[in-house]
Amino acid sequence: MEEVILRGGAWYLAAFIAFLAAAFGVDTGFSVHMSIMCVAALIAAFASNAGFDYRLGHFVQPKGAASRYDDDLVRLGVIATLFWGMAGFLAGLYIALQLAFPALNLGLEYTTFGRLRPLHTSAVIFAFGGNALIATSFYVVQRTCRARLAFPALARFVFWGYQLFIVLAATGYLMGITEGREYAEPEWYVDLWLTVVWVAYLAVFVGTIVKRSEPHIYVANWFYLSFIITVAMLHLVNNLTVPVSFLGSKSYSAFAGVQDALTQWWYGHNAVGFFLTAGFLAMMYYFVPKQAERPVYSYRLSIIHFWSLIFLYIWAGPHHLHYTALPDWAQTLGMVFSVMLWMPSWGGMINGLMTLNGAWDKIRIDPIIRMMVMALAFYGMSTFEGPMMSIKAVNSLSHYTDWTIGHVHSGALGWNGMITFASLYYLVPRLWGRPRLYSLRMVNWHFWLSTIGIVLYASSMWVAGIMQGLMWREYGADGYLVYSFAETVAAMHPMYLIRATGGLLYLSGAIIMVYNVWQTIAGNIRTERSMTETPYDPEADRPLVAVPAE
Amino acid sequence: MAKAPKETGPRVDQPTGTEFVGHEWDGIEELNTPLPRWWLLTFYACILWALAYTVMFPAWPMISRATAGLTGWTSHGQLAAEMKAQQAKRAPIIAAIAATPIEALPAKPQLMNAAIEGGKAAFKVNCVQCHGSGAAGSKGYPNLNDDDWLWGGDLASIRYTIENGIRNPDHPATRQSQMPAFAGVLTDADVAAVVAHVRTISGQRAADALSAKGAQVFANNCAVCHGPQGRGGRQVGAPNLTDGIWLYGGDRATLTETVLKARQGVMPRWGHKLDAATITMLAAYVHSLGGGEATPAPLQQAAVPNVQPK
Repeated sequence: MEEVILRGGAWYLAAFIAFLAAAFGVDTGFSVHMSIMCVAALIAAFASNAGFDYRLGHFVQPKGAASRYDDDLVRLGVIATLFWGMAGFLAGLYIALQLAFPALNLGLEYTTFGRLRPLHTSAVIFAFGGNALIATSFYVVQRTCRARLAFPALARFVFWGYQLFIVLAATGYLMGITEGREYAEPEWYVDLWLTVVWVAYLAVFVGTIVKRSEPHIYVANWFYLSFIITVAMLHLVNNLTVPVSFLGSKSYSAFAGVQDALTQWWYGHNAVGFFLTAGFLAMMYYFVPKQAERPVYSYRLSIIHFWSLIFLYIWAGPHHLHYTALPDWAQTLGMVFSVMLWMPSWGGMINGLMTLNGAWDKIRIDPIIRMMVMALAFYGMSTFEGPMMSIKAVNSLSHYTDWTIGHVHSGALGWNGMITFASLYYLVPRLWGRPRLYSLRMVNWHFWLSTIGIVLYASSMWVAGIMQGLMWREYGADGYLVYSFAETVAAMHPMYLIRATGGLLYLSGAIIMVYNVWQTIAGNIRTERSMTETPYDPEADRPLVAVPAE
Repeated sequence: MAKAPKETGPRVDQPTGTEFVGHEWDGIEELNTPLPRWWLLTFYACILWALAYTVMFPAWPMISRATAGLTGWTSHGQLAAEMKAQQAKRAPIIAAIAATPIEALPAKPQLMNAAIEGGKAAFKVNCVQCHGSGAAGSKGYPNLNDDDWLWGGDLASIRYTIENGIRNPDHPATRQSQMPAFAGVLTDADVAAVVAHVRTISGQRAADALSAKGAQVFANNCAVCHGPQGRGGRQVGAPNLTDGIWLYGGDRATLTETVLKARQGVMPRWGHKLDAATITMLAAYVHSLGGGEATPAPLQQAAVPNVQPK
């Protein structure tokens, strides 16, 4: 009984504190956020005691739970990934259209590009990508360690606490609450909340590894662990801020000037490196060999490329600040480490693709494998493009142009999106105990819509970016700049339309996926022609004709 | 996958002929494939290139400063060299433009063309924000392509406007005038009448009793600046009200607002931001857009600007 009072009481206390903060908040946004936290704490208080049996006087475990993997959160995570993915893709398409048709800003502060853009980036990276990482890491770590999650209650806190973080971040952007740090926009109190959630995540993950019943730790878990630890470090350092008031939303960075910029891009680049690369490589290292039913290509390569990737990535951030106030030596540092990073990045691609050795035919017959291969191909392309763009001579053209946007999206849509879709397609029948997905043909449609969408997106942004960069720097024969900024914007309009079309195709593919997953969970199986059969047509066979010997 | 039978010695993966490492997790095994040679060599080459680059360029942080690199390259140095080269290339023509009084430019076509080109570039950096990249302006920002000038459309007048701006506070040489706000001065009926008159002389409506009454209001209150015919006056930047060109709008509502609240458009002065040659070039470019006027005879001499750079 004390446990009930302790557990629930802590949440009720948290709700009360949040209520007081909401009541005395110095700005509306802060009060709105504290109200959200208050409601969340009340729900948590209620939920934390839901498993208590008042007749027996103690908490009860679900029947047979101890003999199974802890997959409830993974199921929730799959649904959350799809939900936030749809929100993020939709926001992306909308802001792409805003760039082509500025009237879509609607004249409202809440719907301006400046507020919707962080909503889009955070929704796809942290909400869609983050949920995919948390869900798959819980799934993979249990199976590759042959152990249940170490602290199940804490794991539930991680999942729901992370959703609360997403809601606070997203509503904050719409209300104009931002630190103004790209990919680290949430304000100080949201950062503190995420820190608590993330430390809990680390505890669950490491705890599960510690109690494993396998002698070795699988490579996917190295990558997941590096992702969790490094993101914790990046998040803490980049969000060192001083709140203006402990009852208000605004805070100011502890750093100033170029130090602040370097801290931000050290964070920003490693968010790409450890969130979007290391974390998703972990997914690749489990789901590709599973789906291909083949052993991992090279154990040695996985060791070398893991450690070289981890060591080199952390130094590459300054390449975001070429030709700025950042000292030349630091720019050089960022550039040479980025170039050295090329092969370590490709190690993951090689290990993924070559795992298909002996099963290449699956690309033809299995649309999920096809997605995985396309994901790895885009991973390889963007990890070549990245080091190339970090070279100063290239960067002086590409920087501040839409080429950067194209680069990010070939990685995000191609690599992160495709490997996530493929992993979810692998997971859904297994998590819900279905013989197979509702429809494999729909997976194939999803594959092609996404692929064409990415190609339109990336190629239009390459053209737009290079055109923009060349127009900005074009000098006439008299030695004067030829174009005004507004003229370069006007010139990009057709490219913006093509980009939005690509986004529409990508979103359409994701809508098909939602339908497919929905039907699979509902237990339906679509009657459809198999992807693999070549129909037998005896008429097409030519009878053997004797050929005279020469 | 089929469970591998217990064997002595490493098992071999049939399709690839490669040995297994021997670990297994949830059915996933790993092959003991050596590192691809091309991968390793490319990795080494990148590292060697990186080391060589750090020797050639500023790289290794020391106690007080970083190593400078054998090439002696710095980003500041590169920028300075490129700017210097551009300036050297432009120096003769800039010097010639700076040395020529602006009224004399049209007589030297080569210099005039160079000035227009330079002004076009400077316009795209400094002026398009208000006047638009095609110089067509928008509400409150004059169109520079037409021949309707508030303060004069000859080279020297345009140059003076650019150099000193319009209604700049704390700058005595600026173009200065102030239309009074007639709210509280004129009755609503008088305002409606004078608006009707203005719309009549600009050909937007037929004359009637209202506009006739407005003509009297106009003569008493407006003609001192806008002239008895409403043709405006450049000494005070008063717009011509009889043409079809409107800075804020010629419809009834906008004109009523203008009469009641007046308009105080401000243009920044550029004399303290841009050098004399650039201002001359800007004037030449704006003059070239289509509405430029010939330099008038001495009548306007009083308003002709002081050409000295600030």
